[in-house]
Amino acid sequence: MNVVSPEAISAEVAEPANRGAGNAAVAHESGAKHVTGRAEYIDDMPEPAGLLHAALGLSERAHARIVAVDFAAVAAAPGVIGVLTAADIPGHNDVSPVGRHDDPVFAADVVEFHGQPMFAVIAETRDAARRAARLATVTYDDLPHAIDVTEALAAGYPMVTDPLKLERGDVGRGMAASAHRLEGRMRVGGQDHFYLEGQIALAIPGEDDDVTVFSSTQHPSEVQHMVAHVLGVASHAVTVNVRRMGGAFGGKETQSNLFAAVAALAAKKYGRAVKIRPDRDEDMTATGKRHDFVIDYAVGFDDHGRIEAVDGVFAARCGFSADLSGPVTDRALFHADNAYYYPNVRLVSKPVKTNTVSNTAFRGFGGPQGVIAAERIIEDIAYALGRDPLEIRRANFYGGPGRDVTPYHQTVEDNVISRIVDELEASAGYQARRAAIHGYNAANRVIRKGIALTPVKFGISFTATWYNQAGALVHVYTDGSVQLNHGGTEMGQGLHTKVAQIVADEFQIDLGRIRVTATSTGKVPNTSATAASSGTDLNGMAAADAAGQIKARLRAFGAEQWQTKPERVRFVANHVAVDDRLIPFAEFIRLAYQARVQLSAAGFYKTPKIHWDRASGKGRPFYYFAYGAAVAEVSVDTLTGEHQVDRVDILHDVGRSLNPGLDIGQIEGGFVQGMGWLTTEELWWDASGRLRTHAPSTYKIPLASDRPRVFNVALADWSANAEPTIKRSKAVGEPPLMLASSVLEALSMAAASVADYRIAPRMDTPATPERVLMTIERLRGLNDERLRAEAGA
Amino acid sequence: MVAERQVLRFLLNDGHVSLTECAPTLTLLDFLRLQRRLTGTKEGCAEGDCGACTVLVGRLAETGLIYESVNACIRFVGSLDGCHVVTVEALARDGALHPVQAALVEHHGSQCGFCTPGFVMSLYALWMRKPAANVAQIEKALQGNLCRCTGYAPIVRAAQAIAGADPSGDVLVAERARVAAALAAMRDGARVRLGDGAGMLILPADVEDLVALRDVHPDATLVAGATDVGLWVTKFLRPIGPVIFVGHLDELRRIEDAADGVTLGAGVSYSAAYGVIARRYPQVTELWDRIGGEQVRNMGTIGGNIANGSPIGDTPPALIALGARLRLRSAAGARELALEDFFVAYGRQDRGPTEFVEEVFVPALPPNAALAAYKITKRLDEDITAVCAAFRMVRAGDRVADIRIAYGGMAGTPKRAAAAEAALRGAVWSAEAARAAMAALGQDFAPVSDWRASAEYRMLVARNLIWRFWLEQGGGAGDVRLDRPLAAAI
Repeated sequence: MNVVSPEAISAEVAEPANRGAGNAAVAHESGAKHVTGRAEYIDDMPEPAGLLHAALGLSERAHARIVAVDFAAVAAAPGVIGVLTAADIPGHNDVSPVGRHDDPVFAADVVEFHGQPMFAVIAETRDAARRAARLATVTYDDLPHAIDVTEALAAGYPMVTDPLKLERGDVGRGMAASAHRLEGRMRVGGQDHFYLEGQIALAIPGEDDDVTVFSSTQHPSEVQHMVAHVLGVASHAVTVNVRRMGGAFGGKETQSNLFAAVAALAAKKYGRAVKIRPDRDEDMTATGKRHDFVIDYAVGFDDHGRIEAVDGVFAARCGFSADLSGPVTDRALFHADNAYYYPNVRLVSKPVKTNTVSNTAFRGFGGPQGVIAAERIIEDIAYALGRDPLEIRRANFYGGPGRDVTPYHQTVEDNVISRIVDELEASAGYQARRAAIHGYNAANRVIRKGIALTPVKFGISFTATWYNQAGALVHVYTDGSVQLNHGGTEMGQGLHTKVAQIVADEFQIDLGRIRVTATSTGKVPNTSATAASSGTDLNGMAAADAAGQIKARLRAFGAEQWQTKPERVRFVANHVAVDDRLIPFAEFIRLAYQARVQLSAAGFYKTPKIHWDRASGKGRPFYYFAYGAAVAEVSVDTLTGEHQVDRVDILHDVGRSLNPGLDIGQIEGGFVQGMGWLTTEELWWDASGRLRTHAPSTYKIPLASDRPRVFNVALADWSANAEPTIKRSKAVGEPPLMLASSVLEALSMAAASVADYRIAPRMDTPATPERVLMTIERLRGLNDERLRAEAGA
Repeated sequence: MVAERQVLRFLLNDGHVSLTECAPTLTLLDFLRLQRRLTGTKEGCAEGDCGACTVLVGRLAETGLIYESVNACIRFVGSLDGCHVVTVEALARDGALHPVQAALVEHHGSQCGFCTPGFVMSLYALWMRKPAANVAQIEKALQGNLCRCTGYAPIVRAAQAIAGADPSGDVLVAERARVAAALAAMRDGARVRLGDGAGMLILPADVEDLVALRDVHPDATLVAGATDVGLWVTKFLRPIGPVIFVGHLDELRRIEDAADGVTLGAGVSYSAAYGVIARRYPQVTELWDRIGGEQVRNMGTIGGNIANGSPIGDTPPALIALGARLRLRSAAGARELALEDFFVAYGRQDRGPTEFVEEVFVPALPPNAALAAYKITKRLDEDITAVCAAFRMVRAGDRVADIRIAYGGMAGTPKRAAAAEAALRGAVWSAEAARAAMAALGQDFAPVSDWRASAEYRMLVARNLIWRFWLEQGGGAGDVRLDRPLAAAI
């Protein structure tokens, strides 16, 4: 036996290697592959011999009966193998993720949005398939269409799913008892995910019913179930794999289903591998986006700005089908309080059907639209009372007993918002800068500045309680290397890095000894979507459980082998210590194998404590909350509405950070993405229902030069999750996006300066230069009226 | 008789490529990914906006071998004769990351990684040109690269961190002389022709050859930078053959900087013109910095920007305000016309079927002339104009002696604002005169609403830009422009 001397071990321990790497800012596991172009995405895989390509034929009407489709020219086009329509589907023509059967793969009789897939052309090359798909002649019988929420409600369109109502206290009495009441309407724009890697699926047919699908998806299990559902086969026949995605942001939670189904259908029909990769324009036209909302609100408050009652109706453009609109609009309501206590509250969702693409998950999942409404209400109160919105915020933060129950009757037990806001106010120099900006605005007529400090509180857990489970599979091989697989997917967020760190920490081995493999339904079954910021919380725990099982077996083996107690077998620094012996990890594993110890384990985790009764609107849907706050300072050109973000300071709570490098990356990236949502990213449909902003030439996500000129991001390093999550960390994927509400409010302040801050600016989003200028013009007009009225009086 | 070669030759990383067959519409991206399986270069948009496909193209310029970032998705392989294509696969040597790559890893500059090779190549191009770039220069170099994950902060930090990294291990630095010699050896002065009929592509030997070819192929598409024609192929799947590529013609890349003005060959890229623009018309550099992204500025040409007749091209308003004149060429000879007269109506230009834009002459600024060019967009950089305005004013005492105002995005063509000019010409330069010009603009334009801007906003902003010009030319107090750090000429 090869037992190393204690001296050698001390030297080893002293090495600043990646051992364990818990809480360290280690680089993304694929970083070196990303920068060299060697990270493999699905379109980069070596193509199977005989690969065919699919291209979708999309509707050119927003709402119409399909009278006839003539494929003669398609069939005659070079390289075409065939055309798939609804008639070719052996199972169900449906990929609804919520079992409503309202999401056809191919529209058969009626099209319900401009851009809806009607058929797929299968050809020898992608180019041939794309060209041929444009040659079909479709005869439509037009039906009336409604593009947005207002039109649809006026036309009596139905809801795509059941609305939710959250109610606590007595809104009527609360309003009546309030010293002040005001009402408003806010329009909040949608957002395209603009993942850099578009949707893609590659299906390889196998024997019997088998098919293997490589899908760029956040939800391999759902893709598996949907492919089986469409093919009419058992789930066991379908294996779905994904190594990594080139971004997803919610856009590959359900939207991957259709592409995987089309590839699998074609693969089984023609007995050849089939790939489908839509062009960016088709991707943006045919896949769902963040819901835009029309929010009607009323608020009652006292002279200090303390809220007595809130009444809100949240109408969302859902598109032609339900997709995830139910839980998305639910989450909007769950976050319509943001960090504020509403003594009396009634919140109602309206998931409205429209003749547009079916909207879907997007980072925040409806939460941002709720948060932005809460901040609009605070802003309105502040302008009504002539106070700094920050004072109004403080007056309404969740507090202790009596002021700690949410509209869904969950008690907020882990509130740290006051500390975060206090610290950020000081570190960002908020008060002095606000005073300086008032001075600047008084001295400058054209350029105006604004500043705002906004908080975020975000509930962590899937509101569909059963999704809060995860599995992992850990193999230790006889050379001491570890293969790790879990149900989560890597979309850039660094999940694989964090979970590998967790397992490395468990075994106290170098990170380099651990390899995370592609997510596969064949390895870990029945997984949940990597979504709701839950990836690390769930899969990290499951992986720790698997590692823990193996460690327990190894401890038992060590105890028996060296005649000691299991607790005297410890995992240290790439070694196992048994009493005073130090055995290299690989050596210990080899011995355990020879002693016939099982070196593989499946781990499992389910989130405790949570429950939710949607019918009564009561429960504890969230295991815990993540908090943060941001200060944004902006400049606005009041002649053109052009604006820039001069400085942003963020203090964010990730509990005890598993990897500060990755966590700060999520915060910076989430913030800028949120900023894009609220400023330059505009979805624009023409009167016929055609989306005209369907590519980066027309749809403008932020650039490097749009990022805040000064961008200070800090983690609340004193924070630890109040709940026993993995190493007391907190989820980080979604919450930072909402910190960008500070940019909107700062823009609003700059605009409000033209009316001496006397009129609530009520800037809708996205605050494009046009919307900013039009807001300024409106405020100037209202201010002139006000001055005339004052002069007259 | 012009010698003709029926093989296309270029360098790809460390190897030679010779093609005897090449569709005129074959993009460099498809060639790399589908034919060479160099999959590090990604397709994000196929329209030259996201930069995931960024590669470097090296060529022999007057100043020697230069490498420029380009979008492989809209660069046609047919245009690459005599060039050196460098992809992300070429950077790391013997397993060691290039300093640009190492910095991105160290600073957490990649998340999903899909845009990353494009960022690597853009930063690599910058680093070669400017080893210690400042933040404004970094932002400018990255205008054509979209990242959806990181918020860019770590990428910019990485770019700053590589300032001054030792270039000696760099492959392009080390191989510079050898590559230059190889490219020089490829220059045989021959016309290149591959294929026939609609599948034919031709690279004329020189401008005289172009004139002759244009005469016999009036149906051919002339392609210079392909930043617009590329989309006809990738997005509209439009047949464009036969194609005559002109981007390689040195005569069309000529820049003549004379006392009476500047002559820009039609093939001069925005990047190549930057220096002379900054020197002679410095008020236009900010506009110039906001044309597309770096890759598009490296590819796109001034001649192309004019010839395609777009009402929202970035250069025509400024060039019209400057009094630019266009020279058209055909076998019948050459003719000149004022740039504004070239734009007849939406989609229609004063150009015969065998004519092509040969050069544009931009007169020197008159002494004491005031010049301004404003571009209004939804996003500050790499966005298409909603409204573009340019002003050139000469004053005599307190009066406006001469004024030229041109707008883009306000009509079916780039157009002068005749009524607004009339309101100012001869008037005392004052707030009242500016207001009169703003009011007169309603006679000049009736803009449309679309996804870039509403008609109402376009008109309001167009008027306010006259006011901005007034404020900047004597009428203003306090800050009148957003404080945007400009990238020094690079």
